Amino acid sequence: MSILQYNGGAVIAMKGLNCVGICSDLRLGLQQQTVAMNFKKVFQITDKLYVGLTGLATDVLSLEHLLNFRCKLYKLKENREISPKAFGAMLSSLLYEKRFGPWFSEPVVCGLDANNNAFLSGMDLIGAPVFSDDFTVAGTCTQNLHGMCEALYRPNMDPEELFEVLSQCLLSAVDRDALSGWGAVVHIITPEGTITRTLKCRQD
Amino acid sequence: MDSVFGLVGKDFVILAADATSSRSILVFQHDLDKIVSLDAHKIIASSGVAADSSNFLEFIQRNLKLYEFDNDSKLTTNATANYIRNELAIALRKGPYQVNLLLGGYDNNEPSLYFLDYLAALTKVRFGAHGHASNFILSVFDREWKENLTTDEAIDIIHKCINELKTRFLISQPKFIVKLVNKDGTKVI
Repeated sequence: MSILQYNGGAVIAMKGLNCVGICSDLRLGLQQQTVAMNFKKVFQITDKLYVGLTGLATDVLSLEHLLNFRCKLYKLKENREISPKAFGAMLSSLLYEKRFGPWFSEPVVCGLDANNNAFLSGMDLIGAPVFSDDFTVAGTCTQNLHGMCEALYRPNMDPEELFEVLSQCLLSAVDRDALSGWGAVVHIITPEGTITRTLKCRQD
Repeated sequence: MDSVFGLVGKDFVILAADATSSRSILVFQHDLDKIVSLDAHKIIASSGVAADSSNFLEFIQRNLKLYEFDNDSKLTTNATANYIRNELAIALRKGPYQVNLLLGGYDNNEPSLYFLDYLAALTKVRFGAHGHASNFILSVFDREWKENLTTDEAIDIIHKCINELKTRFLISQPKFIVKLVNKDGTKVI
């Protein structure tokens, strides 16, 4: 089994009208065995910037620590919060630094910049970014996720609709993947604030 | 090959480990204690390569003691778990420690159990098991575990796990060491 599929996981980020959403499943496994059902893969960086990290759990945790550290340092030096675009560039650079001994993690960056414009970016494990206008997916069931998102997505959804679509895409996709699932957590980021909801799905 | 498992109760954590030390077809000893006390309210059980296990645990134990001397206070279980994870993660890309750990502790009137694997994946759990035994034990836990277990109920569940292993696990493990941590400290059962 590939090392990126050792622990399992799935993340989707999607754009709406003046809002973005990001969600992940909650499973942590050791190949076929499930170890924990509370392992979140989406982490808050600033009020309006979230990053979802899929792949090997140890690298998800290590990268989360590293990114938090770098962003806090950025804030101390620049006296402002990091913008999603700069964060994406920093993450890309961090990943490429380890080009020949990479972090086994494929991140998804999702946030609203200072003008409340949405920013979505996905990367592979060595930092090659792709900027998206609609949705970005990562994890062990990307084919399922792509299919669901392509089918259900429409532009300019408001936060409630975005939540519905995001949840349904993730839940349906992970239901068909043995390595992801066991619940989901969804964050909808709007200029007014972030709403977080935890979902229960097929517990298998 | 080592069986290490544990669960969280109402106000305590129990960890159990087999006491067999072996390599390939030879058993070295039947009374190896794989559960080590990090301080009065923390115990850690390890499975994996014996050399890495004893070396890493001693390293962690001594560093935690040093922290206590330097800062005049002990780390919480959560902080300890993250510290251990960090050490494992740093070593992972240089010379990995092949140890799987279960850390149990009691602080702030709350028991907690952390599952750490040799790749430095960390998660807080209500019950956990490492090794081949986990295939048998996790099912018993899934069925029997509930919130706010009393000490007697928890020990009963541990007995069920040990019986399951004795019946269905290929490797004979005649002796298990079981330790409990609560507000009064560590106790061997």
